[in-house]
Amino acid sequence: MSKTENAALALGNKSKFHEFVDSFGLPRLIIAGFLLVLFIMAPIVGADLPTQITNTINRFSWNAVLVLAMVPMVHSGCGLNFGLPLGIISGLLGATMSIQFGFTGPMSFVMAIVIATPFALIFGGGYGWLLNKIKGGEMMIATYVGFSSVSFMCMMWLLLPYSSPTMVWGLSGKGLRTTISLEGFYDKVLANFLQINIGNLSIPVGSLAFFALLAFLMWAFLHTKTGTAMTAVGSNPAFARASGINIDKMRLLSVVMSTWLAAVGILVYEQGFGFIQLYMAPFYMALPAVSAILIGGASVNKASITNVIIGTFLFQGIVTMTPTVMNSMIHMDMSEVIRIVVSNGMILYALTRKTEGAK
Amino acid sequence: MSMNDNKGGGKRLLDLARNNSVPLMFILICAVCIPVSGFSPAYLLNEILTRMGRNTFLILSLLIPIMAGMGLNFGMTLGAMAGEIGLILVADWQIWGIPGIILAMIISIPFSILLGLMCGNLMNKAKGREMVTGYIISFFVNGLYQLVVLYMMGSIIPIIHSSIKLPRGYGIRNTVSLLHMRQYLDNLLAIHIGGVKIPVLTFLITGLLCLFIIWFRKTKLGQDMRAVGQDMEVARDAGIKVERTRIIAIVMSTVFAGLGMVIYLQNMGNLSTYSSHTQIGMFCIAALLVGGASVDKASIGNVFLGVILFHLMFIVAPSTGAKITGDSMIGEYFRVFISYGVITLALIMYETKKRKAKGKAGQMLQLAQSEEDGQ
Repeated sequence: MSKTENAALALGNKSKFHEFVDSFGLPRLIIAGFLLVLFIMAPIVGADLPTQITNTINRFSWNAVLVLAMVPMVHSGCGLNFGLPLGIISGLLGATMSIQFGFTGPMSFVMAIVIATPFALIFGGGYGWLLNKIKGGEMMIATYVGFSSVSFMCMMWLLLPYSSPTMVWGLSGKGLRTTISLEGFYDKVLANFLQINIGNLSIPVGSLAFFALLAFLMWAFLHTKTGTAMTAVGSNPAFARASGINIDKMRLLSVVMSTWLAAVGILVYEQGFGFIQLYMAPFYMALPAVSAILIGGASVNKASITNVIIGTFLFQGIVTMTPTVMNSMIHMDMSEVIRIVVSNGMILYALTRKTEGAK
Repeated sequence: MSMNDNKGGGKRLLDLARNNSVPLMFILICAVCIPVSGFSPAYLLNEILTRMGRNTFLILSLLIPIMAGMGLNFGMTLGAMAGEIGLILVADWQIWGIPGIILAMIISIPFSILLGLMCGNLMNKAKGREMVTGYIISFFVNGLYQLVVLYMMGSIIPIIHSSIKLPRGYGIRNTVSLLHMRQYLDNLLAIHIGGVKIPVLTFLITGLLCLFIIWFRKTKLGQDMRAVGQDMEVARDAGIKVERTRIIAIVMSTVFAGLGMVIYLQNMGNLSTYSSHTQIGMFCIAALLVGGASVDKASIGNVFLGVILFHLMFIVAPSTGAKITGDSMIGEYFRVFISYGVITLALIMYETKKRKAKGKAGQMLQLAQSEEDGQ
């Protein structure tokens, strides 16, 4: 940052606009502008704006908790949690077991979280211990820990003794299906709670409130003594060690928190989506979450709750808006390509910024 | 490793086992799986030789960035995409057989160089995290590749034959048939011994690349790369242009990956336009690591051992899994798990070793300092 500041000082009267661009980041600005254009274009090309906004808010409510899971690890200096699939797997274990044990309705959601918690603690603990062994190379190893755990669980979904007829393959009577419908279990259990409907616009207040609760808890935690210590570990490890903070313990705690949030996050995602997706589905789930928080203004070693909210909204906004608007505009569905380029471009931008290279 | 000289033979053996734990583990897996799977030795040998011809060139492309200290080049996917673009164009112009293969290789080179330059520049901006950057670059460029192949080919870039075009008039179909160049390279000069086909020409080309790499290590540029790989700052002080050397390493790797992809696909005889390249980097890296390479050290021997062991496991795992558990999917998932597991394990071992070495260097420094203070 000092380089850009020096440049700004040297120029003296550098325009306000440039300063704004510098602090906000050019890619972020382009993405926000792009989304704004999409919102303006939507009614012009004949897409129903309230429906679009509803979709965006819905998708926001599905994904926000998964993005929130990024925050603790960024704070403790473990970098972006590419190992999110590990937490997702804990969530999936909770979800499938809750159904297996015969819970239905809202109770199945509560039980899914309860059952997922010990798994998240154990997996997160092991994962955190591993990351403490390999400080400096976290991101690459996290990616591959995620991948190996997903492919390991692919075997487990087939081998574990599940028997609930709603989940196993009908023909052979064993092995879980690739997608499991949540109807009768916790489908839309949060979204339908206190839902507001105004014409075509509907707001899933329950899901948003649930996210707000978790986000508030996270914010509160970051302002406790432990939370501040965690931030200190991330921003200045030498200083943290000097003031008597146990660095490894803080990092371990952050990884466990992140893993647990990912477990809850996937359950929230499922209740909105209506299906449990198993096998290879969690494979690439880390990337959208990572790029969302980066779009929101976070960097490899700095992230806040605001980043989560802005980022998820922008990212999900683009994902929901581009197909409809693009399709009606040029009769070409380029949304998938745009999504790939935007999300990975954002991660690349964050990885290659000089200011964060020194570590 | 030079410290091993004054240790006992038993300890040396233990060290050898520890340093080669991944290949040993694979030999064990294969030893268990081969009898259970029930394949005949001739079939296995034939399969292994085919897969060696198909994959070795691609895996060799990984060696140069490792030499330059840039780790496993997850960005080799870029070269694979360039190779595919070459093949799509050649398939459209209907130039088949050996000339088609050679032309596809030639077309792939400028694309590879361009993508390699981009990749190298980005990696220079992200020193110390080249691997994760390369990994994300491969996703990013995959998006660009889709943009070109799915939207621009046929609409902006002229595509003549509708057989490879999507029905809507632009974009390339999911699969492009390379039937008229299928295994042309392998069959030319091929030798058949008792039902086992040896693709001599493919092996010769691979051998040429091996010779080139051996020669290249001894050139000035090769030495520079090794110096950069050892210590960037020292190399810079010695007057080596570090950034430029690193970019050259990546460009070379990308170009070789592009050529390798053409060899790979002419053997397959079928191009899955949107998925052939997505897994290729992962499998090549896994094979190299299985051969006993690590993030900072890899030899040609590792490549060959890796290809044999990794693909032996790949051939026998599904049927072994099916025989043991009665479900054919288990074996499929098992081999995917093993591929990822091996990469994870190798990365973890590399990082812990690096930290240990750092700690040791720190201790030595402290020791030297305290000695100085004592005097």
